[in-house]
Amino acid sequence: MQEIQQPVVENVVEMTHICKNFGTVQALKDVHLELRKGEILSLLGENGSGKTTLMNVLSGIYFPDLGDIRVKGVPASICEPADAFGLNIGMVHQHYKLVEVFTAAENIVLGLPGGTHVNRRALSKLVKEIADRYGFNINPDKKIYDMSISEKQTVEIVKALYRGADILILDEPTAVLTPQETEKLFDIMRAMKADNKSIILITHKLNEVLAVSDRVTVLRKGEYIDTVDTKDASVQSLTDMMVGRSVTLEIDRPIIADKKPVLRITSLTCVSPEKARTLNDVTFEAYGGEILGIAGISGSGQRELCEAITGLHPIAGGSVLYQGFVDGFEVEENLVGKTPNEITKRGVALAFVPEDRLGMGLVPSLDMVDNIMLKSYRKNKSFFVDRKKPQKVAERLVRDLEIVTPDVFTPIRKLSGGNVQKVLVGREIDSEPRLLIVAYPVRGLDINSSYTIYRLLNEEKEKGVAVMFIGEDLDVLMEISDRLLILSGGRVMGIVDPRRSSKQAIGLMMLGHEIEKKEGAAAV
Amino acid sequence: MNTAINLMNAAILAGTPLLLATCGEILTEKSGSLNLGVEGMMYMGAVAGLAGAWYAEQWFRQGGILAVLFAVLFAFVVGALGGLIYAVLTVSLRANQNVTGLTLAIFGTGFGKFFGEILGLKAGGFVSVNAATKGAFGNIKMGALSDIPILGTILFKYNWMVYFALLVAFVMGWFLNKTRKGLSLRAVGESPGTADSAGINVTRYRYVAALTGGGLCGLAGMYMSMVSQKGIWVHDCVSGYGWLAIALVIFSTWSPMRAIYSSIIFGGLTVMYMYVPIPGLPAAIYMMFPYIATIVVLIITSIWQSKEHAQPAGTGLNYFREER
Repeated sequence: MQEIQQPVVENVVEMTHICKNFGTVQALKDVHLELRKGEILSLLGENGSGKTTLMNVLSGIYFPDLGDIRVKGVPASICEPADAFGLNIGMVHQHYKLVEVFTAAENIVLGLPGGTHVNRRALSKLVKEIADRYGFNINPDKKIYDMSISEKQTVEIVKALYRGADILILDEPTAVLTPQETEKLFDIMRAMKADNKSIILITHKLNEVLAVSDRVTVLRKGEYIDTVDTKDASVQSLTDMMVGRSVTLEIDRPIIADKKPVLRITSLTCVSPEKARTLNDVTFEAYGGEILGIAGISGSGQRELCEAITGLHPIAGGSVLYQGFVDGFEVEENLVGKTPNEITKRGVALAFVPEDRLGMGLVPSLDMVDNIMLKSYRKNKSFFVDRKKPQKVAERLVRDLEIVTPDVFTPIRKLSGGNVQKVLVGREIDSEPRLLIVAYPVRGLDINSSYTIYRLLNEEKEKGVAVMFIGEDLDVLMEISDRLLILSGGRVMGIVDPRRSSKQAIGLMMLGHEIEKKEGAAAV
Repeated sequence: MNTAINLMNAAILAGTPLLLATCGEILTEKSGSLNLGVEGMMYMGAVAGLAGAWYAEQWFRQGGILAVLFAVLFAFVVGALGGLIYAVLTVSLRANQNVTGLTLAIFGTGFGKFFGEILGLKAGGFVSVNAATKGAFGNIKMGALSDIPILGTILFKYNWMVYFALLVAFVMGWFLNKTRKGLSLRAVGESPGTADSAGINVTRYRYVAALTGGGLCGLAGMYMSMVSQKGIWVHDCVSGYGWLAIALVIFSTWSPMRAIYSSIIFGGLTVMYMYVPIPGLPAAIYMMFPYIATIVVLIITSIWQSKEHAQPAGTGLNYFREER
């Protein structure tokens, strides 16, 4: 065997025995982390596993209760963000830390020492130079509020580099990027690695871990699990480490024989304030006992469709017929022109999990009990509200869905994303709907939470509920749906059987090509 | 023509305390603190300025410039003290900004009236500064400039505080928009989390802004007691100008430069009933004009939806780094 001269591994960051408590919640329990020079380290873990908290400790946002940090071999005390810059540590937060009304250049130099007067022209030139060196495309004089999400991210990265960061922390940088933008980011990360910079990538997307990183450190529920070389890891092994037990990565698709139509939509058309058709002649049916997947590039009319059915969006034409029991009789009820309250009052059993969970779905500052009560308090005829029943429901949801929360009286905003979604989905299912509409139900959720949601949707389907699943991950949609409807530019491009269609064919339909049998998509 | 010139003169004189207080409040709000206690800080400054001038006269047995210096010093320090109360409560103790500001308005009003009364008792029933001090707060002559027809009367015949207030507005406009520290201050007001993670000391900026803003409100109050009331204590000397200044911050869309002309407009609107009386229209209706103008501006800016000409996004919110 050939003897290979092992290069001396230099650790630029060593974090040992890090503990951090928030009140009674132990966010980090004796966590370790080592980052080597010129490597990309993935920090992997489910939501609430302490990834971001650990990195906030390193970047000076949080001060650890216990533990040692050594940066480049020297013990470091990082009390505030300025200390982290001093050690050349830069962090790109998941929710960008940018001043909206400032230009890119102003954001980049913010807080740095320099002359009294800000010379904007010289500044722009300097920023441009740095951007060009790493191949960023950036206009230094553009205001942040005019920027796309990916542009904002670029500004954040340039900001960290401008401050001389050679240790860069990226907190879920790809969560909001398109596949092309993600690929570009990875190229930049590789370029920075070649430049001998060290990068920590916080993520819960396993394919990204495998694609870009050298080593992976896994956290679970605030505890350190292990660090492995990426080349020795697989999706399954990482998932098992992350979740703590072996998880099957297959999504069930039970077949229900008895399918009754629940929703019949005919020629539904919606018009935007700018007089453009956001929904154009949409016709389809949804059956009880099946999951109807709805695919499309974002902004193809998914939002309008959900809101038109639930009475939140004005309808220009067409009909939305709900088939079910209204006042004890099985009839067809037209939902067009009715407010959400009227729809509920008519006895229409419809539940909606909106895309914007904390904006439309739940009230962030209210606790679980009050949020559950929002859906049901009108049924209570007494002058005083009855908190007992919703509290029982809340306690049951916490138990059944394994929601991690100190108690049911904790404000929703203090819960992690996955738990928020479990509360929302749990509440909607608890109303015993016949039609359940879920928009992007697993966006930002970790594997374990995602599979819980899939399981819940399948359970509803088996109860005979018609489930409409608006999603963005085509793989998931094709695995879980019984039928898949493809929207493009507000029009239905076709409804296909995902078992007998190819991903490429569906991708083409998402881009606006009409259904063609030859290309491998099977119409239903 | 004469009416127009007289109205202009009166508008500028009435607008000066508004401009000072507005600049103070703009600075405070730009740092992310909505201090509704302007009225209170003005009362505190009003009584402190008068006390400073009166005590200086007692100590040094002369009035004039020395009394003016003491008035300015006292008014600024006591106004800043009001700002300090606000900053301790909201920045360090994270109390609700609206409640704290409203409380400060009530506290300051009481503070002014109480010490005004004590000052009167000390002075033997009635407090008044001497003629030399009064003169130092009076209109100044600028030689040939003041003699230019019309223009001289409109521009060059005011007391020194008018020019001082203009200077404050210009300096603040330059500071906020052109300097590094100004950029940091605005960042603190727009997004304290961003500023903090960029290594800016949010607490220090908010303290300095609240104190300086309070000091400027104190000077505005001093103008009311020393210039408008000519160095005697009148119980209602500030009479709602503090609330007008808060409206003016909105009217001038958080810009000290725009505050210059908006304060003259507001000053004009408050004194208009004396210069252009409309028969049958009661003075109380005139008094509503500034507020109606503010509502109109609020509506226009909200239709406009400009992010720059709006209240800084972090205003009204207390910042705590480790909040989850």
